[in-house]
Amino acid sequence: MSTTTTQRPEQRTTPAGKTGRLDLGEGRRAALLLSPTFLVLALVVLYPLLSAFHQSLFGSQSGLDADGFVVEGDVFVGLGNYVQIFAGTDAARFYNALWNTTFFTFTTVTLEVIIGIAMAVAMNRAFRGRALLRASILVPWAIPTAVSGLLWRWMFQADGIVNTLTNQQVLWTAEGFAAQAAVIVAEVWKTAPFIGLLVLAGMQIIPEEVYEAAKLDGANAWRQFIAITLPLVRPALLVAVLFRLLDSLRMFDLPFVLIGPRKSSVETLSILAWDESNQLQYGTASAFSIILLLYVAVIAYVFITILGADVVGEKKPKVVRARRRAQDPPAHDAPSSEPTQTKVTR
Amino acid sequence: MKQRSHDRRGVLSAALVTVGVLALTSCASGTSAPAASSDAAELTGRGPITYVSSPDASGAAQQSIDAWNAEHPDELVDWIELPLDADQQRQQMVQNAQVKGEAYTVLNLDVVWTSEFAANRWITALPEDALPLDAEIPATVEAARYRDTLYAAPYYTDAALLYSRTDLMQAAGVTAPPQTWAELQKACDAVLALPEAADMSCYAGQFDKNEGLTVNFSEAVNSAGGSLFNADGEPTVDTPEALTALNFLVDGFESGMIPEAAITFQEEQGRQSFLDGNLVFLRNWPYVYASFSATDGSSAVQDKFGTSPIPGETGPGVSTLGGRNIAISSYAENKATALDFIAFFTGQEQQGDRLAVSSRAPVFSEFFADDAVTERLPYLPDLLTSLEKAQPRPKVVQYGATTAAIQDAIYPALTGDTSPEEALADLQKALVGIAAE
Repeated sequence: MSTTTTQRPEQRTTPAGKTGRLDLGEGRRAALLLSPTFLVLALVVLYPLLSAFHQSLFGSQSGLDADGFVVEGDVFVGLGNYVQIFAGTDAARFYNALWNTTFFTFTTVTLEVIIGIAMAVAMNRAFRGRALLRASILVPWAIPTAVSGLLWRWMFQADGIVNTLTNQQVLWTAEGFAAQAAVIVAEVWKTAPFIGLLVLAGMQIIPEEVYEAAKLDGANAWRQFIAITLPLVRPALLVAVLFRLLDSLRMFDLPFVLIGPRKSSVETLSILAWDESNQLQYGTASAFSIILLLYVAVIAYVFITILGADVVGEKKPKVVRARRRAQDPPAHDAPSSEPTQTKVTR
Repeated sequence: MKQRSHDRRGVLSAALVTVGVLALTSCASGTSAPAASSDAAELTGRGPITYVSSPDASGAAQQSIDAWNAEHPDELVDWIELPLDADQQRQQMVQNAQVKGEAYTVLNLDVVWTSEFAANRWITALPEDALPLDAEIPATVEAARYRDTLYAAPYYTDAALLYSRTDLMQAAGVTAPPQTWAELQKACDAVLALPEAADMSCYAGQFDKNEGLTVNFSEAVNSAGGSLFNADGEPTVDTPEALTALNFLVDGFESGMIPEAAITFQEEQGRQSFLDGNLVFLRNWPYVYASFSATDGSSAVQDKFGTSPIPGETGPGVSTLGGRNIAISSYAENKATALDFIAFFTGQEQQGDRLAVSSRAPVFSEFFADDAVTERLPYLPDLLTSLEKAQPRPKVVQYGATTAAIQDAIYPALTGDTSPEEALADLQKALVGIAAE
């Protein structure tokens, strides 16, 4: 890792950059013009976030008085909720949920990518009824998750169609690996079309000439796919995968509806947070949410830095700058622990 | 360039925060409120009120409300309809109570929530003389009390019934429905020996990991002479009686008396299985009666089944009490109107009128002996026997945590992942922990 990490651009020495032209007055006006946006963001993003964090520092302490009435109050427990989660009596439940979340995310996203790309390749060909196929492939994606959870629940029932067709007696909706498999099947069914369509969109902007040139060079279909299609749809694919990663890390409704709450083999972090808030343990529930938030953020950050997904639409200038910098030796050292995207461009 | 790189990082982190915040569901809701004082004497104020309840597909409740509104133009009742899912109903009512909302006046509570709502002072104590409690089935009135104070009026009630395939029992020479678990086993052995019952299973209840499991386990323990909690509210599940009860279920799964698939059964799956003719005996609520007796060809058991009280260890079993109570929110206005409305709504006259359209069991014992009523709902006499012995589910304040602990302990015992002894010891420990919180 450290060998591929290049240093951050030296920032103080280049006042002649494009942004350097902004003088103070312009900066103020820009800030003023952006302030409604920031205000809205602060209200809908920052406030709930801070409020949830604040809540996670409190524990509800309740007891009954002599007449049987609840005496309760929120007690400041500092990071006590977090300590309880990581090392308390119920820590095993948390680690199990964390593992389930991670397991579901990586298995479903991997399968979705493979199936989604296959779908895109199939749909990218010209054939009769292509438009209809493209529209129909979106149907699973368009069905609300709770509804598709119910549909799959009926199919996976003990006397459901899955058992009838396979002539097995598997208890999909009980506990264990069968339950996890049921969730994975339903999730992949639902979201592979999403990746398929985004990849298809990426494929359609690949110029036909590239393929013609490859054909002239004698590349077979597989070689064309590996050498042309995959690299060129990569930006679209990475964004699609990132969205799916974030989405499935928050997975709640499908296991909840398909298998049920409190089933340890499919309990995810979101279900755990829901369960706590349902028991009126808002402090712990908030702590779970904050942990999930951090986990999602870390995974997203790692994904973006390692694979260089172009989420913010700023990759191109960055690449150019990075190349230019690579040619000119840096003026002096600016230590940084943060790997930049230069690594990716090489 | 400096600014640019900052911008980029800013946008990136903003994007991360935004997606992350989506992970924060509704957990940031308000801080808990200190208890409000409530007293039966405070029921004052007249004017429009709201009735907060799950939907009623039969239209019976709406009929009662319309009747009230016609007589009381100045004290109109407006129905606030909540989702069908009980957890969501409870959550919305709790949230309303936590912000001390005035929007909800009269609450339709599941019997098991009554203690929690009363202990948190979210509902108001009711004067006993304003309601015809003497004419109502004692178990239903008991379920509306918390620590000897009345907090709600019984609305409708529910208890378990044992549905049996009387045609097969007759063919196998079994004359009476089983009253004990041993008789149940014996009847099954006889029936399943019949060639026409070769593919059938003996018995099922609700054993999926949800509220149904708590109900079935609690019924088994009570039917074996035990109880989940003693009179002082201390958990008593690590007892020989509870072990007998749990063993009945665990052995049932092991021996195949209960089909393996029943571990995934909630009320509906069991109903379907019996309806298709796959079960000899089924424990379920009265609501499935209508679908079993359907004459449109959808039922394979029409005219071939009967009902009886559920069996127990040494004699007839003890059912868990279901049903609904009606209470007044502590934070509402016009409580005097609310009390009058509750007396009207849960009164005998309205319950009688509703019987014409709804199959929900009334709380007045008189109806159970009324021939006109029992002709339409023939299971009522059996239900009354069941109700006379019925026990409420644990009357604990933290019911949510309690039922979760029961399901967490009993479900793995039924699937064979833990031994019954271990499960009960764990459950006892968990329930003591919840009580100490």
